[in-house]
Amino acid sequence: MLLLNCPYCNLSCEETEFLAGGQAHIKRQSIDSSDQEFESYLFARKNPKGVHIERWQHLYGCGKWFHVARSTVTLEIFGSYSAQTLSPPKKIRANINKKLPEWHWENSK
Amino acid sequence: MKRYSSFAIVREAFRNHSGWKRAWASPIPKKKYDVVIVGAGGHGLATAYYLGKNHGITNVAVLEKGWLGGGNTGRNTTIIRSNYLQDPSAAIYEKSRSLYEHLSQDLNYNLMFSPRGVMMLAQTEHEVRGYKRTAMANALQGVPTEYISPEKVKDLCPIINLSGPRYPVLGALWQARGGTARHDAVAWGYARKCSEMGMHILQQKEVTSIISKNGKIGGVGTNSGDILCDKLCIVVAGHSGALAEMGGFRLPLESVALQALVSEPIKPVMDVVVMANTVHGYMSQSDKGEMVIGGGADGYNNYTQRGSFQHIEETVRSLIETFPMVSRLKMLRQWGGIVDMTGDRSPIISKTPLKNCFINCGWGTGGFKAIPGSGWATAEMIANGEAGPLASPFSLNRFKEGRFIDESVAAGVAH
Repeated sequence: MLLLNCPYCNLSCEETEFLAGGQAHIKRQSIDSSDQEFESYLFARKNPKGVHIERWQHLYGCGKWFHVARSTVTLEIFGSYSAQTLSPPKKIRANINKKLPEWHWENSK
Repeated sequence: MKRYSSFAIVREAFRNHSGWKRAWASPIPKKKYDVVIVGAGGHGLATAYYLGKNHGITNVAVLEKGWLGGGNTGRNTTIIRSNYLQDPSAAIYEKSRSLYEHLSQDLNYNLMFSPRGVMMLAQTEHEVRGYKRTAMANALQGVPTEYISPEKVKDLCPIINLSGPRYPVLGALWQARGGTARHDAVAWGYARKCSEMGMHILQQKEVTSIISKNGKIGGVGTNSGDILCDKLCIVVAGHSGALAEMGGFRLPLESVALQALVSEPIKPVMDVVVMANTVHGYMSQSDKGEMVIGGGADGYNNYTQRGSFQHIEETVRSLIETFPMVSRLKMLRQWGGIVDMTGDRSPIISKTPLKNCFINCGWGTGGFKAIPGSGWATAEMIANGEAGPLASPFSLNRFKEGRFIDESVAAGVAH
């Protein structure tokens, strides 16, 4: 059972209170995007064997969406943060790098 | 390779069973093969087998990071059926089911194929309509199925409780020639025949990189040296995303854990397969007497081969309502497998952006039943360089063109 922290309620709750929403920080495409970009936006997923930055909804709580950094290999959770962000905040990245120094956020090579 | 036969059993009985040979060889890898298949599960081995049998290509290696058939091939609930709604699905799954009918003879290996009949319960008004529609669609596709009444359900499976209270049984979709087979034997039987044809099955050989030049495949890097090839086929189910990343492309897949459990063995109580999709549970009785129970998939990405505890609870809770006798059973084992789910819950058999690199993945929760048909179609694609009639609807392009084969509603989660 995963224990997730809702950053809005500031509560640690069991996984059954939440709904998983898949990969986070996917850039929405607009009317002048190409077919390729739309396909990628709608369907292509990173599906990493490692750190996954993902969306969760506090379904049986405040109902709000937030983001979580979690390992798909060990199920370890590196922290959760507000959905009103474009990339994982520094604190979360530092948390991940403590365990996995190799890991870096996709746009910060 | 010696033929297995009743004569061979009698002969071996007279000499202390000293004459049985290894079922497949452990050869020294060559530097280069015509075709390299990554993944020695059912689908990978079936692909290799039909490459040799149908297309005469035997300079083939099948690489496996663990042991043969140790992934989802050895973890599923062994259900075989083909009562799908969409035409392309019905075509490939029915091809597969019909190959299973004679596969034991074809492979000279007893797969214990048991066409005992598969029953999919309709427990809501919507399911009644859905399954009636599927029965009509199947009639047009030439797949024999019928919609049966609750009385017939009770007749076929007396241990079912028809009256609810939450989910009364209102009818069922019945496929009399569906059933089960011995899952490990499918992998072993194919492996034995592939080895007999001179193909190399290389176990504990993990692919660590994909070698390409000018957008064309060159080979793979493994944990013990590079292996070159003209054509590469990736058949690794849950780990397809990781392999695609090595090849530099992304797939419309997400890997999640699906779990199953078996009970202690009991005397025969049901001789059909029952699936209850509304409550995400399905059950059959194995030849050993264990009740084999499949559950729902987790909602989040996962590579741990374990499922969430609450999903077992949900599955068992709803099964107890439909099969009250289950409540007294002790469960022996529970396990999980990593399944690769596509958005439309249909598989991918396709070329990739990398030339001469093919992929077979996305079978999600229902790959076992498709093993022979999938291998047949994938071998055809690798041999000809283009997908044939069975495989072409399942190309990666369908996501770009919006040409989905939507089984997500028709098949639900349980396969």
